[in-house]
Amino acid sequence: MTSAITPLNVLERRNIAVDIHKVSHHFDLFGTSLPVLDTIDLAVAPGEFVALLGPSGCGKSTLLRLIAGLDRPATGDIRADNRLVTAPDRSRILAFQDPTLFPWRTVWWNVATGLEAQGTLERHRKRVDDALALVRLSEFATAYPHQLSGGMAQRVALARALVNDPKLLLLDEPFGKLDSFTRMGMQSELLALWLQQAFTAILVTHDIEEALLLASRVIVLSDRPARILHELTIDLDYPRRRDDPAIINLRREIAGELGLEPADAPNIQKRAVS
Amino acid sequence: MSDLTQIIEAGKLQDRASPWPLWTTGFLAACAWGLGAIVTIAFPDVVPWGATQLFATLIGAGAAILLVLSFVVQRLGAGGRLIVHYGPWLIALGLWFTFWEISTAKLGWLPKPFFSPPQGLLNVYVVDWQRLLLCIAYTLRLWAIGFGSGIVVGYVIGVALGWSRGVSYWGMPVLKLIGPVPATAWIPCTFFFFPTTFAASCFIVALASGIPVAILTASGVGAVNRSYYDVGRILGASNWYLIRNIAVPAALPHVFVGLFMGLYYSFAVLVVAEMLGAKYGLGWYIQFQTAYSAYANVYAALLIMAFLCASIVRLLFAVRDRLLGWQKGFI
Ligand SMILES: Nc1ncnc2c1ncn2[C@@H]1O[C@H](COP(=O)(O)OP(=O)(O)OP(=O)(O)O)[C@@H](O)[C@H]1O
Ligand SMILES: [Mg+2]
Repeated sequence: MTSAITPLNVLERRNIAVDIHKVSHHFDLFGTSLPVLDTIDLAVAPGEFVALLGPSGCGKSTLLRLIAGLDRPATGDIRADNRLVTAPDRSRILAFQDPTLFPWRTVWWNVATGLEAQGTLERHRKRVDDALALVRLSEFATAYPHQLSGGMAQRVALARALVNDPKLLLLDEPFGKLDSFTRMGMQSELLALWLQQAFTAILVTHDIEEALLLASRVIVLSDRPARILHELTIDLDYPRRRDDPAIINLRREIAGELGLEPADAPNIQKRAVS
Repeated sequence: MSDLTQIIEAGKLQDRASPWPLWTTGFLAACAWGLGAIVTIAFPDVVPWGATQLFATLIGAGAAILLVLSFVVQRLGAGGRLIVHYGPWLIALGLWFTFWEISTAKLGWLPKPFFSPPQGLLNVYVVDWQRLLLCIAYTLRLWAIGFGSGIVVGYVIGVALGWSRGVSYWGMPVLKLIGPVPATAWIPCTFFFFPTTFAASCFIVALASGIPVAILTASGVGAVNRSYYDVGRILGASNWYLIRNIAVPAALPHVFVGLFMGLYYSFAVLVVAEMLGAKYGLGWYIQFQTAYSAYANVYAALLIMAFLCASIVRLLFAVRDRLLGWQKGFI
């Protein structure tokens, strides 16, 4: 995948700006209306890396589905490059929280799905191989999803998103099921890719540290219905270090914002993941 | 289960250190078959059946083979293990032959026109094999055309029903209405609509096999996890791609249930379908011989049909295992 990118097409590609304007959303659940998003206002610049942090069930996945165009917001509107988002588009790729691999397709064909659907697979077979190499699953190319571990399935889902060379990449807790070693590895791969291709990225995560290491801006959401509680621009150079005092300070600040004492920071993940 | 039996059998074999360890089950099977042969040859038939000698020779030979096998079976590798697996069945078969022989040919408890001893069936095959082969060919032709067209049409209709709300709105009630009607009830109309009786017969078979395929395919396509479609749409798939590459493979397990049901139904209506003025065919043969009270011939033809059906089921299982290998814990 990386080999397909030359400096020329990095310059040529126009990455997508996202404008979320007064978006509210609700679901009908148990016969009543369940408010999920409460007047979300957010502008994401082309090539920006935004991380969304918030408690479980607050509406993060819902927001990503709206941006991807899978559902329409109840009120407000979402624009990608000034065009109203009404349906999914292959320039905006969402990697789902659940890997949702196709069980009847091998790993290779799962990753190839997007290219095949667009009729460009013949030209870009190498990109599938590269994407698999990137998530370190080349030897499992011919395995079926039921033969993978949870974390491996998640990496396949990530490769299936990346292979499409998206201009806007929406990631819903892509590293949630990975052990901390693999997670660190995947984080730096993603970062390298983003630095190189400068696509616009919106990452949902429960992991404050992950948000701080990767994102140029961190948005903290409230409990359901989600409102934007806090926005933090992270003006630090890449690659960032976990033990950088600035990161540690920011982490404490966000933990406070989410209503957690700094000492409780590890508990955020426990509570949130449940 | 079967693995367990194999392990137990294998254990029995290894208990004996001799170079020719005895396979006890096989030995007992040989005894049972031998008993059948002796009973057949030693006592007179109450009425003549023909082929009594031949039958005794055949199961006698079977007994001899089993006797040899009970000493050498473990040297035969995979084939040997298969034989060992069916060991208890081989005993049961020998005992069944013996009981069958006694109750029909030797004692006449189950009397002549209605029942037949094994040599009665054997005699039919010996005497009438040419006509039976012709009937098998005719039946297979009718079945293949009927079942083939039925499942193709049923499958296409099922996919359309499962995919499109409009098709489902109009089609599902109709399908639910005609689904439970036995295919044979359509015979009067088919005579009107089809130019030849053969086409009418094909239609009856097609209907019997197509309806379960349509219903199961529709429910399979309708039950596909919506998230798969979301992933497909995100990746830029057209509707046609979603049908072909998501709905269809995801529904395949259901489709196979429909195929198996359709297969059984199609065999069930074959006999009736061949009533419609056919000149050959196992169904025709069965009716023809029933009219003459030649029940041995009827049983002989039924036995062939059962074997044909079982072999096709076997084939369908092989196809399914190939196509559904991706299912978790399937094979
Ligand atoms: N299709 C739906 N129908 C009804 N309610 C829904 C639907 N999808 C989500 N919800 C509700 O919307 C709320 C937000 O869901 P969402 O999946 O966006 O949460 P989340 O922030 O992604 O949570 P998590 O961090 O646990 O993944 C939840 O309370 C959920 O019950
Ligand atoms: Mg979520």
